[in-house]
Amino acid sequence: MEKQSIEQLQNICTQLRRDVLRMVHAVQSGHPGAPLGCAEFFVALYFDQLHHNTDFKMDGKGEDLFFLSNGHLSAGWYSVLSRSGYFPVSELKTFRKLDSRLQGHPATHEHLPGVRIASGSLGQGLSVALGVAQAKKIDKDDKLVYVLMGDGELQEGQVWEAAMYAAHHGVDNLIATVDYNGQQIDGPTEKIMDLKNLKAKWEAFGWEVIETKEGNDMKSVIEGLEKAKSLTGKGKPVLNLLYTEMGYGVDFMVGTHKWHGSPPNDEQLAKALGQLEETLGDY
Amino acid sequence: MSLDLKFTYTEKKDTRSGFGDGFLEAGRRNPNVVGLCADLIGSLKMGDFQKEFPERFFQTGIAEANMIGISAGLAIGGKIPFAGTFANFATGRVYDQIRQSVAYSEKNVKICASHAGLTLGEDGATHQILEDLGMMKMLPHMTVINPCDYNQTKAATLAIAEFEGPVYLRFGRPSWPVFTPADQKFEIGKAWKMIDGKDVTIFATGHLVWEAVVAEAMLRAEGISAEVINIHTIKPLDEEAILESVKKTGCAVSAEEHQLNGGLGDSIAQCLIRNNPAPLEYVGVNDSFGESGTPTQLLEKYGLNAENIVKAAKRALVRK
Repeated sequence: MEKQSIEQLQNICTQLRRDVLRMVHAVQSGHPGAPLGCAEFFVALYFDQLHHNTDFKMDGKGEDLFFLSNGHLSAGWYSVLSRSGYFPVSELKTFRKLDSRLQGHPATHEHLPGVRIASGSLGQGLSVALGVAQAKKIDKDDKLVYVLMGDGELQEGQVWEAAMYAAHHGVDNLIATVDYNGQQIDGPTEKIMDLKNLKAKWEAFGWEVIETKEGNDMKSVIEGLEKAKSLTGKGKPVLNLLYTEMGYGVDFMVGTHKWHGSPPNDEQLAKALGQLEETLGDY
Repeated sequence: MSLDLKFTYTEKKDTRSGFGDGFLEAGRRNPNVVGLCADLIGSLKMGDFQKEFPERFFQTGIAEANMIGISAGLAIGGKIPFAGTFANFATGRVYDQIRQSVAYSEKNVKICASHAGLTLGEDGATHQILEDLGMMKMLPHMTVINPCDYNQTKAATLAIAEFEGPVYLRFGRPSWPVFTPADQKFEIGKAWKMIDGKDVTIFATGHLVWEAVVAEAMLRAEGISAEVINIHTIKPLDEEAILESVKKTGCAVSAEEHQLNGGLGDSIAQCLIRNNPAPLEYVGVNDSFGESGTPTQLLEKYGLNAENIVKAAKRALVRK
């Protein structure tokens, strides 16, 4: 794929945000907040970082692979998958509807290109990514495995089983990113179940940790992912703490858990879309 | 009383050793076969594979949920993972991981579950899972297999390595009669009629197939002709074999080392009631946890041995 400029990538982010809002509005269900906050990450990954083939093959041999552990970000992931060529953009209109390949949470049963495992029940994606990474090692495949988790998701115990395993087995062809937006359904993470010092936690588990402090700035996100990549292959798994704002890009949605799992109504949608220029054409 | 058994044995071995030997052989046949274990390599008899193929074996520590997820990932990468632990930790503890990452996602993962049922023995009820077949058979896409002795377990292990799709393979701890042939071909989903009979059918699975063989001889000594069918595959159930047999005998007994709720008997009852309602008596654990004891003592106390199969057969016969 031809390298895109920062401006071009930002334009894709704006379109992704429009897609997300229109998708959840259309079915009056879904999770707009976190994918709005992860737009830069999704776009940086799929349009700048991944060595991947949109002619989808399940085993992904010879490709970088991405796994979405926090499956409720499905609207954002589907948007970036379609916008990067995995399936027609027009299919976004089927999101969460009967007989769609775009299930509420990602699934493989309907054979949506780009999705390799179901996610939604939290805490499982890091383990899956570890297995894929180890399969790559057995096959002497030098490509990388990426996984995104939510920060609230880190409350699941399985994540820490996987964290311990990754360091013990030296799974160094893996980059795990945590969407560090400080919000979960019931409120701010520090009130619901405080994550305390995440950097120190992951370091204590034996990971190489980098912090991307400007997770909604395209240049910073790319720099973070480049830095993470430079740390792979050195015997330790790599964690990217990505500081984002839930609901980023829409002034009345940003920085609150209230839009975690609530769709905008007609008026709110119009107001939100007014803040987001249609850059690539709506689906 | 000396019984005229239709199947006999010269040695006893544990079914988990059948798994371990089959697993090693599967690894030799196919380089994509890999193994995982949650700190029970010795108990699961996975050590020989680990020694021969260290780069294809992953110790996960005491972290079963993670083991299931890693297995799903290995399967995505084209490997055929055999994930081993005790049946209790291989099912109830990780049901959601199996449901989402393996069954719903249709991953080629083999969940290898040892120490199932009461015959785990002295460790007691915390470890004696009696609900695993039910949990696993409820999952769409899941194949559920419960072989009866060392040889059948080894054959089943080799068969599932060649089968594409998620499988739950259940086996056990105790030393048990080896009464099926070493060279048997294991056909997933195909019941095995071991003994022909005409008065009553005994459908048995796992360790209780041996008890059914003994029960057949006991019934025959009393002039009752019992057919014994080895249901090694709980799902998909061989409905054709079940219906054909019951059409002939007119009544049946199910025998399993499992809760009656959700077990093999339930599956057979569903099959009969939809197709050919006939008296069916159950041998299994009746809504209870187990306890410490020897395998033989426990099978007797909880009503799961040959004598209980004989009694159940007689109850079924009078209902015809």
